[in-house]
Amino acid sequence: MNAFLQALFLQAGYNAALVAIGAGLLGFAAGSSGTFMFLRKRALFSDAVAHATLPGVGIAFILMVSLGGDGRSLPGLLAGSALSAWIGLLLIEWISRRTRLAEDAAIGAVLGVFFGIGIVLLTVVQSMSAGRQAGLEGFLLGSTAGMLFQDAVVIAIGGSLAVLVTWLMRRPMTLVAFDSDYAAAMGYNVRRIDLLMMSLVMAVTVIGLKLVGLILIVAMLIIPAVTARFWTERSSRVIWIAGAVGAAAGYLGAALSASAPALPTGPIIVLVAAGIFVVSLLFAPVRGVLAAVIRHRRFQARVHRRQGLLALAAQHPIREAYTLRLLAREGLARPDGVPTETGRAQAAKIARDERRWDVAREIHQDAGLTGRYDGLTPIEEVFTADEIAEFDRRLGPPVALGGA
Amino acid sequence: MIQSHLTRGWPPAIAATQGRTERPAELPGDAPLAVRGLTVSYGEKPAVFSLDATFPAASMSAIIGPNGAGKSTLLKAAIGVIPRLSGEVYVFAQPLEKARARIAYVPQRASVDWDFPTTVMDVVQMGLYRKVGLLGRLSGAMNARAQDCLDRVGMADFAHRQIGQLSGGQQQRVFLARALAQDAHLFLLDEPFAGVDAATERAIIDVLKILKAEGKAVVAVHHDLSTVRDYFDHVFLINVRRIAEGPVATTFTTENLQATYGGRLAATHLDELSMASGAR
Repeated sequence: MNAFLQALFLQAGYNAALVAIGAGLLGFAAGSSGTFMFLRKRALFSDAVAHATLPGVGIAFILMVSLGGDGRSLPGLLAGSALSAWIGLLLIEWISRRTRLAEDAAIGAVLGVFFGIGIVLLTVVQSMSAGRQAGLEGFLLGSTAGMLFQDAVVIAIGGSLAVLVTWLMRRPMTLVAFDSDYAAAMGYNVRRIDLLMMSLVMAVTVIGLKLVGLILIVAMLIIPAVTARFWTERSSRVIWIAGAVGAAAGYLGAALSASAPALPTGPIIVLVAAGIFVVSLLFAPVRGVLAAVIRHRRFQARVHRRQGLLALAAQHPIREAYTLRLLAREGLARPDGVPTETGRAQAAKIARDERRWDVAREIHQDAGLTGRYDGLTPIEEVFTADEIAEFDRRLGPPVALGGA
Repeated sequence: MIQSHLTRGWPPAIAATQGRTERPAELPGDAPLAVRGLTVSYGEKPAVFSLDATFPAASMSAIIGPNGAGKSTLLKAAIGVIPRLSGEVYVFAQPLEKARARIAYVPQRASVDWDFPTTVMDVVQMGLYRKVGLLGRLSGAMNARAQDCLDRVGMADFAHRQIGQLSGGQQQRVFLARALAQDAHLFLLDEPFAGVDAATERAIIDVLKILKAEGKAVVAVHHDLSTVRDYFDHVFLINVRRIAEGPVATTFTTENLQATYGGRLAATHLDELSMASGAR
């Protein structure tokens, strides 16, 4: 615990602090720029793009070594991975646009083939005599051991650019994600905007490769956006909430993994993000599971109360046990189904509203009461007091209820 | 049997010479929307073939035909939402790309995900995105305009609702409000009355009639033959190819409908239509 607090407040050494800050920044960038991929329902696309970086890493290493340079030079490896991810991205786009294959098939094909090529190349690299290849496997699952200041700078600059572009292009991207036909009709180039969304994801993937690794980066791109969706109904806010969730997961995850010797950073970050997601899924207001259950229960009670009162008004026996319990609990009827004084009064009011509805439906036959005459909507919500008074005038004086 | 339908029901000469109709395609003038020789194909099966169509100003036009006849395809291809294989499109006598700002499109309601995180107001403001640009802020005047458009479709009280909470009819009105916000001269609607309640249908038709009175052109894909005479001035009958086009009074005839729908149009339905049209 103490070690975790130390790491949390950046007191666990230079490298741990660098990793925590870098992971926080990467989390923010990944969360916000992954938002539109999620909204466009192309979450898995990010996974394919991430896997498509691997051949580039291998080829870049081999090229740099054979030219006599240092095979592990970061700019070279990033350029290589970006290039091969870009090729993979164009390939998916081309396959789904030009062939009869659906996008999911294209994603699966490209992901598998590129990852396979990448693994083959890494194996070749391992057997090369021009050594110092150690650490390339880190691109698979991420590694923080050798994180340098320049790595953090790459993440900071690249990430800021990605967030900036996401914010600037939020309107066209929202339009394409929500209603691409309408966007096209307005003259937006939908294909180019799609490519932009994918490029953002690719950029974040490339800068995050070394820290989180290509297998788990998809989690950082998608989980924050999915989580943010639980907390807001505005796409523009999803961007920032997703960024915050990603940043929190990155920073906390890095601090956690720094607090114990055997905790891998990338997977821990993803698990923290998943934890925030699960909490949101369960407890978010409105969209959370718990809120939905409560809402459903309340609604069910409303329906049963109404049906119970209608039965009381019509002097029909109530057979459903739940309805009886409900009415008894609210003091509207005795457990044996005989209405109390309050129950009788409320039943009379409901019976009267039913008769008002009958008149209303006769008068407004053509005016589409569709969706309002549903048994639950109070008549006062649909008609004005004057209109209801008119219904009452047609109905005549109230009739005593219960054969008394 | 089929032959007799064809000979009886195809008023314009369609005898194809080199893929073009015999009739020389006259210049579209400055009609709000005109297509010439439009062909769109999914795979190697034409969805619409070599269509010539002209939709007049200050009127309401219906695109009518059976399911799979290419009604929506015609609309979408005319504004470049789906690519065309051949043909030209003129909007107010200009090429499509130059006239984008004058077109407002109302897609089918079912074409979008209504659980998308956005409010009614956000959707209407989408109609203003082109005016605002990338960096601009939505000014007070623009917000007022969006609110006014919501008001015109009777949805003013719903501005801050999440769109998923709306009924089908309300969704359709929001889409119409978004198109109104664009301040266009040509309105293209894809089945605006599909699956909406009677009150919404009335509200939409009222708005469209006002647009027509303002001199704007309204073109709608329409399904309900019984309301064509009440709502529209001009019809375009389509079944992959053009069957007939012109004013409702002269073109929306039993013969033309028979030619458009073939055996799929029940005789009883035709009787109802002729009765609705009065002495025929």
